Amino acid sequence: MIALDSKVPSGPLETKWDRHRFTEKLVSPNNKQHIKIIVVGTGLAGASAASTLGQLGYHVDCFCFHDSPRRAHSIAAQGGINAAKNYQDDGDSVARLFYDTIKGGDFRSREANVYRLAQVSTQIIDQCVALGVPFAREYGGQLANRSFGGVQVSRTFYCRGQTGQQLLLGAYSALCWQIERGQVAMHPRTEMLDLIVIDGHARGIVARDLVSGKIAVHTAQAVVLATGGYSNIFYLSTNATGSNVTATYRAWKQGAAFANPCFTQIHPTAIPPSEEHQAKLTLMSESLRNDGRIWVPKEASDRRSPDQIPEAERDYFLERRYPRFGNLVPRDVASRAVKAICDEGRGVGPVGHGVYLDFSDVIAREGLGLVRERYGNLFDMYQRITGEDAYEVPMRIYPAPHYTMGGLWVDYNLMSTIPGLFVVGEANFADHGANRLGASSLMQGLADGYFILPYTIGHYLATTKNGPISHDHAEARIAADRVTMRTTKLLQGNGRRTAASFHRALGRIMWNACGMARHRAGLKHALQTIPPLRHDFWREIAVPGSGESFNQELEYAGRVADFLEFAELLCHDALHREESCGAHFREEHQTVDGEPVRDDKGFAHVAAWEHVPNGAPILYKEPLTFEFIKPAMRSYQ
Amino acid sequence: MNFTLKVWRQRGAGERGRFVIYPARDVSPAMSFLEMLDVLNQQLVLKGQEPVAFESDCREGICGSCSLVINGIPHGPDRGVATCQLYMRRFTEGTTITIEPWRAKAFPIIRDLVVDRGALDRVMQAGGYISSNTGGAVDGNTILIGKDRAESAMDAASCISCGACVAACKNASAMLFVAAKVSHLALLPQGEPERATRAKALMKAMDREGFGSCGNQYECEAVCPKSISVHFIAAFNREFLRATVAEPGPLTEIPSDPHAEFR
Ligand SMILES: Cc1cc2nc3c(=O)[nH]c(=O)nc-3n(C[C@H](O)[C@H](O)[C@H](O)COP(=O)(O)OP(=O)(O)OC[C@H]3O[C@@H](n4cnc5c(N)ncnc54)[C@H](O)[C@@H]3O)c2cc1C
Ligand code: FES
Repeated sequence: MIALDSKVPSGPLETKWDRHRFTEKLVSPNNKQHIKIIVVGTGLAGASAASTLGQLGYHVDCFCFHDSPRRAHSIAAQGGINAAKNYQDDGDSVARLFYDTIKGGDFRSREANVYRLAQVSTQIIDQCVALGVPFAREYGGQLANRSFGGVQVSRTFYCRGQTGQQLLLGAYSALCWQIERGQVAMHPRTEMLDLIVIDGHARGIVARDLVSGKIAVHTAQAVVLATGGYSNIFYLSTNATGSNVTATYRAWKQGAAFANPCFTQIHPTAIPPSEEHQAKLTLMSESLRNDGRIWVPKEASDRRSPDQIPEAERDYFLERRYPRFGNLVPRDVASRAVKAICDEGRGVGPVGHGVYLDFSDVIAREGLGLVRERYGNLFDMYQRITGEDAYEVPMRIYPAPHYTMGGLWVDYNLMSTIPGLFVVGEANFADHGANRLGASSLMQGLADGYFILPYTIGHYLATTKNGPISHDHAEARIAADRVTMRTTKLLQGNGRRTAASFHRALGRIMWNACGMARHRAGLKHALQTIPPLRHDFWREIAVPGSGESFNQELEYAGRVADFLEFAELLCHDALHREESCGAHFREEHQTVDGEPVRDDKGFAHVAAWEHVPNGAPILYKEPLTFEFIKPAMRSYQ
Repeated sequence: MNFTLKVWRQRGAGERGRFVIYPARDVSPAMSFLEMLDVLNQQLVLKGQEPVAFESDCREGICGSCSLVINGIPHGPDRGVATCQLYMRRFTEGTTITIEPWRAKAFPIIRDLVVDRGALDRVMQAGGYISSNTGGAVDGNTILIGKDRAESAMDAASCISCGACVAACKNASAMLFVAAKVSHLALLPQGEPERATRAKALMKAMDREGFGSCGNQYECEAVCPKSISVHFIAAFNREFLRATVAEPGPLTEIPSDPHAEFR
């Protein structure tokens, strides 16, 4: 039985966070040095949280499966980070960023959380500048901005095409400082494989040292998960190949509610898949849609090369369907439109999975030099992968799984339904509702890690009596045994199929049934095909070598095993949500021209799922009430 | 396409390694180099053999995980790319491709093609940061930074810490890495207060970790996937000199008291 208490403070929206911070209890400086906190993950969310907690005087044990904290998947973000600075004086404000984010999320997120995010956003930029993040600047020396998918103001800060890497390096450098000061102990190449819950509180993790294979217990007064998203459930996605669901899924099995797992975002502008053995899809930054125009030939049978197709015979379908936003409609809208066009047979490229993203107009208007300056690295990347020069021929793009709005349920304090287990960054469900706007994940990760969690965790620690726990506490031992048993079992398959082949098979099921468009029959079918696949997995899996050494195939097989279980939860959630909202498009719920139909009466809630051993998960609902804004039809036409 | 792969295999740091030959058949030219290795590994796994260990994550040239010496060159034959950005269409049909790990004293081998690059993190921990607490930062536009300066800082900051510069250097020096890190922060006003201590701390840490000294051969720049310029090494040398020479020492003479004559 889970209780979903969002703990949102009452009163005016604008002052909720300030008042909350004032009423929260603080941990006295002397006590902080006796408190240990585990942070799993060193992406933007984890690195910023761990460094700030260390700076506050807590002792932090920080973990990542990467060889260095600086390699977390956050590194790959290209486009930028939002903040309501209104430096451009184009009408931006905290209120507008709040409204855009709520609307972009199709009114499926909490007002209070999103408002706080918008408030904190401005501090993030200042903090990053102070850490030496080399944001793009104007000639006058001011910070530069660009506009980014789905909004009408310029509020996105960026560092060439490497915003994620630069922000992460900032957080990583802060982490390095705390490591040097002895406040943070870093455990790279160490993978959390289970959560230790004692007397109902999260008190530690079981982790495997990926070099020696040793499985060890780590205890603490609280545990923070910052382990990223699960887009790789689709096998091919824009995520780094190591990104996985294991940490949050294991926490779910220990009692943390999982919220809105079916809210998964498909990004419209990735390079189309080309090859059977392809390991990942490469994202072309959304910023390209600022200047590129998306089109396909009007006639499905038109196989001419793009430069041979006259203007009148092209269909700029986003501009046609959404005249107000044109090529800048939010991701879910763009992705669906692209899919619809390709399903009609009007897709371009070898297998018809693609549409043109054309820069010839902007090159003619503003010159090649400018386009090169803005997007040069992306064009180079495109050429390397496809062998084509996008300055000459239009790019081809196709949607790809990219981001997961769903995640562990957290309250306003970012605490999960397990007291003492906090979840930050993409791993939680909190701020993006049914769809995330561009450049707002980096913002959320850093907001959580630098500015929110360090306060809210203090209240929990100040109000909870958690005595020390020995490493051989019965619960810790049980958790460690679970991990050992599972690892052993992974090594005992009959060796007939590789983990990758199962992952690919699962990805295909999920992409078809639970990808860009979902319907009842498809989801039900998926729920029938996943268990046998999982059964085959455990029987046939091939993992050579031993558990007591560096064994990448073992790591990977363990992650695939968790995806194979988690996939069912995703389908259950998609099945329950009988509406189309944001990135979740149920074919049964659309207008005659294919626009989604949301159902606020039936589904204005967060769907939080509880794990039931050997049974179907149980659904709990957190109603979403909108006190300050009225949920509107989300129209971009 | 078909190739012969000559791959370095080594079970661990203390053990002897050797080259093992594997055929790679029916490779599609659109495959990436690492996808080609994925396929090889799938075949090995199905034969019950341990796959070739190598590192990768983002597979788009930004995380710095991938780290193969291909035909003697870190990150392979193309300039300005990481191993994961290399495509098979770049190779000549039928040739033998030699694949080795980064080789440097400071990077002990973990297994096969995977090395421990923790030394780079430890160098950063020695002072590769601005000691700025969370909270209380001034508005980002309070200190203006000219576009050119910001761009130069960004050039230096684009280092992905892959360690190819070390692998390419005869002395296994980490000079380009350290120079990039120091220059990035030295170019920004926010990095100014700790400029001297930072340069000295990183130089010292680099020696401590067992990296060699810079022989000015510049192989590092040639293999850097982000094409970071060796000009930063010159800049770092100046930084270091400035830090050691120009740093104000303790005052030796007590300055005269301007009020003295009124006493
Ligand atoms: C190609 C691409 C481009 C993007 N561009 C943008 C953009 O322009 N703007 C924007 O706002 N967002 C962007 N995003 C989204 C954004 O990058 C991510 O959502 C965000 O960085 C996630 O950060 P995080 O800190 O939550 O997790 P991550 O950065 O994914 O970090 C996860 C961390 O957890 C660790 N970890 C995971 N599991 C375990 C375990 N079991 N044990 C130990 N450690 C574990 C990992 O080692 C890693 O350190 C982009 C995403 C992609 C894929
Ligand atoms: S795998 Fe990330 S840089 Fe090559």
